[in-house]
This record gives sequence, C-alpha cells and structure tokens, in this order.
Amino acid sequence: MTERVWNIVVDSFPKILLPGLTMTIPLTVISFAIAMVIAVAVAMVQFAKVPVLRQICRFYIWVIRGTPLLVQLYVIFYGLPKLGVILDPFPSAIIVFSINEGAYCAETMRAALESVPAGQMEAGYCVGMNYLQIMRRIVLPQAFRTAFPPLSNSLISMVKDTSLAANITVMEMFMATQRIVARTYEPLVLYMEVGLIYLLFCTVLTWVQRAGEKRLNASGYRKE
Amino acid sequence: MLSIQNIRKSFGKLDVLRDVSLEVNQSDVVAILGPSGSGKTTLLRCLNFLETADDGFMEFDGEKYHFGQVSRKEIAHIRRKTAFVFQNYNLFLNKTALQNVTEGLIIARKTPRAQAEKIGLEVLEKVGMLDRKDHYPNQLSGGQQQRVAIARALATDPEIIFFDEPTSALDPELTGEVLSVMRDLAREGRTMLVVTHEMSFARNVSTRVVFMEDGVVVEEAPTAEFFAHPRAERTRGFLRKIDGDMSAQGEHVSINNKKENVQ
Repeated sequence: MTERVWNIVVDSFPKILLPGLTMTIPLTVISFAIAMVIAVAVAMVQFAKVPVLRQICRFYIWVIRGTPLLVQLYVIFYGLPKLGVILDPFPSAIIVFSINEGAYCAETMRAALESVPAGQMEAGYCVGMNYLQIMRRIVLPQAFRTAFPPLSNSLISMVKDTSLAANITVMEMFMATQRIVARTYEPLVLYMEVGLIYLLFCTVLTWVQRAGEKRLNASGYRKE
Repeated sequence: MLSIQNIRKSFGKLDVLRDVSLEVNQSDVVAILGPSGSGKTTLLRCLNFLETADDGFMEFDGEKYHFGQVSRKEIAHIRRKTAFVFQNYNLFLNKTALQNVTEGLIIARKTPRAQAEKIGLEVLEKVGMLDRKDHYPNQLSGGQQQRVAIARALATDPEIIFFDEPTSALDPELTGEVLSVMRDLAREGRTMLVVTHEMSFARNVSTRVVFMEDGVVVEEAPTAEFFAHPRAERTRGFLRKIDGDMSAQGEHVSINNKKENVQ
C-alpha cells in the first residue's frame, strides 16, 4: 500500500465513522424501536385471533416480506411526492425500515408467543387474572426470552441494511464512503474500510446479545 | 355449596359429558373416579370455564348460572372463588415459587405486596416448600412443583379447589408428598373436588366418590359405602380391575394408568 493510499485510509476513517455514529446508529435504533412496537402489536393481534385486524396483519406481513426493501424505499421517497406527500430522506428511511423490520419481527414474536405452553394461560385465568394481565406478566416475558436470539439477529441484519438508505440520499456511512471514493478513486480500500466499520458495529452487538442472553439465563428461568 | 345440573359438553360429534349432575357440600372431599376418556377432566375444566359447557346449570355460592350463557364477568367472579390444580402443575415458568403464589393476590386481587408475601410464605410453609421459595419451577422436582401449585391454589383462600389428576404426571416415589399435603387439606375441612386414579386417596381421604364412565355418572356414594357395596355392575368391574392391578403392582395404581393419562 502506497503512502498516498494509506493517508486516504487514515484521513477518511473519522469521515466515515462520524456519519456512522450520527446517522447509521440513530437510524437503526429508532427504526428498530418502532419495529418492536409494531411487531408486538401485530403478533398479539394474530395470537389473540382478533377478527378483521388479524387479516389486515397477515396482509401487511405478506406485502412487506414479499417486496424488496430497496423498492419500498423508492416508493416512499421517490413515489409518494407524486401524491403530494413529500418527506425528508431521514424520516422516509425511518418509516420504511421500521415497517419492514416490524413485519419480520412480528413473525418472530408470533412464533415465540405460540411456543408458550397453553397451560400458562390457563393457570393465569385460574388464579383470577384477566387476558391482558396474563399476557403482560406471564406470556410476553416468556415469549421475549424465546425471541431474544432471533430478534438480535434481526437487529444485526438491520445495521447493514441501513446502507440502502444511501439510495434515498440519507447521508449515512455508505454514502459518505461513496463520496470519498468519487474524490479519491480508491474504491477497494475505502469500501473495505467501511465494511470493517460495519463489522465493528456488528461485533459490538454480538457481545451485547451474548451478555443479554447470559443475564436472561442468570435470572434462573430457562426454557425447558 | 356447588351444585351442577345436567351439564353437557361435546367436542364435535363426540359427546364427552352427557347429562352429568353433581353436588358438593362444604368440606366435602369428592373423588371422581373412572376409566380414561370418561369425561372426568372435561367436567372439572367446565366447572372453571377452561372449557365451555354446551348446556346445564351451575349453582355456586348462592348464585345460579346457565352454562350456555355465562358472562365474562361472572366467569371472573367464579374463578376468584375457586382454584385449580393441574395434572402438569402449570406453574408460571418465569416466576419463582413465591411469585407464583403471590401473583393471583397482587395482580388479580390487588392485595398489597407485603400482605400477599406474608400469605405466600404461610402457604409455602404449609406445603413444606418454604426453603425453596426463590426457586424457579425448572429448579424443582415434579412433586415440589405440584406442592407449590397447591400453595398457589391455597393463597387465594378459595371456597373449593379442583384437582385434575394431581399425581398422574409424577414419578411414583413423588406422589406421596403431594398426597400427604392433600390429606392435610382434607383434614382442615377444605372443600375439594379431585379427579384421581389414586385408589388409596379415594379410599382413605375422600368423603364421597363419584364414578364416571362414557360421560355419565354411573354411581355416586359415600366413600365407605362405595367401596364396600358398589351397586352398579360397571363400578364393580372397575374396582375389580383396579384391585387386580394393585395386588400386581403394589400401591401405585397410577403406574398402570399413567400412559393413558398423558394426552
């Protein structure tokens, strides 16, 4: 590696990392938080077999899982202005990522809810609790325990998917890198560099997941 | 105190309960016996509305209910005055023994935490599980879990406790500890309705025996009379079979019936 290339790598590091901290991470955290709210609501509607709403939820999951994330981003950002709905890049990205991730996580949550033995619900009724009390105190905590590893998986996946937001002009890590490449003509090292930063972020999340699972196990309750 | 008239329940084309009537008085310990598939468990589950009976009446605690048209509020009211002990314990897996016992008090009845925990510790002591109060269900043996489940049933001081084959899922050497707790409750005058395969329990602890087969009550009598002079031929056949099994296998009839009970 020539000195020129090395200098580019070193100079660009903070310029790539900074949008990572100010854009990629907030985009991931906010979208995932909203996605979790959607996921729990959608999963509970299906678990409780609420008529009509349940069909709407199935439709939502069917459409979102069946179309590419990139297409969804384009429809919201480039398509909606045709209807007079003009959104900034960042809110557009938040909307698309939370709705998209919500659909996948809803399926994870639904499976986890269904894995809780039916006897837990019955026991709850028999001690006098109502449906919502049982869900909140007994069924959901057990479902979260089961869903934790696959949800962590989704979160890690999402960190990398945020790079697609570059297509709708969100100034996140990948777009920042593209700009530097356009100026320096060093695609190989720079794209590898941004890849490493994504790897770094995901490694941290992997540690967090491991610590989280350890804590859940340490609380004494393990699924049999 | 609890009176059931003409209860009916079918699952599709299968008539599980065909016109069953039953009377339980204060401090009665009623044992419901019968071969597998006779509708015993379904009967018990209908009484606590875990299954919805198709027809019939229930009189409980001075109120009369029609099974087909009980409101959600009435169900909640009845459940608050009853308790249910399951064959496979169904302890809340994410709660400790003590939390399992206090949950129904703190959450469902809004009992202050301190008071609920005081009651919780008392009932855990009663079933001999005080030293395991902070253990989670998966850290307890089957017999211990069932004793915690009985403590959970006692915590809310119910008018009647339903037991659904409480020892059927247990290893034979663990049934004794559960049965001895139940014997203590009977001695204290707790009203209990017990679906069981434990002949020794029915014979020595229950005050009355109900024998069911094919969704009907074949025979009902005070315990001593039931075992000494069974009237119906089918009852005599059932008892003969059980007696044969008992001499062949020792005290624990449950060994013999266990496979059939796990549904």
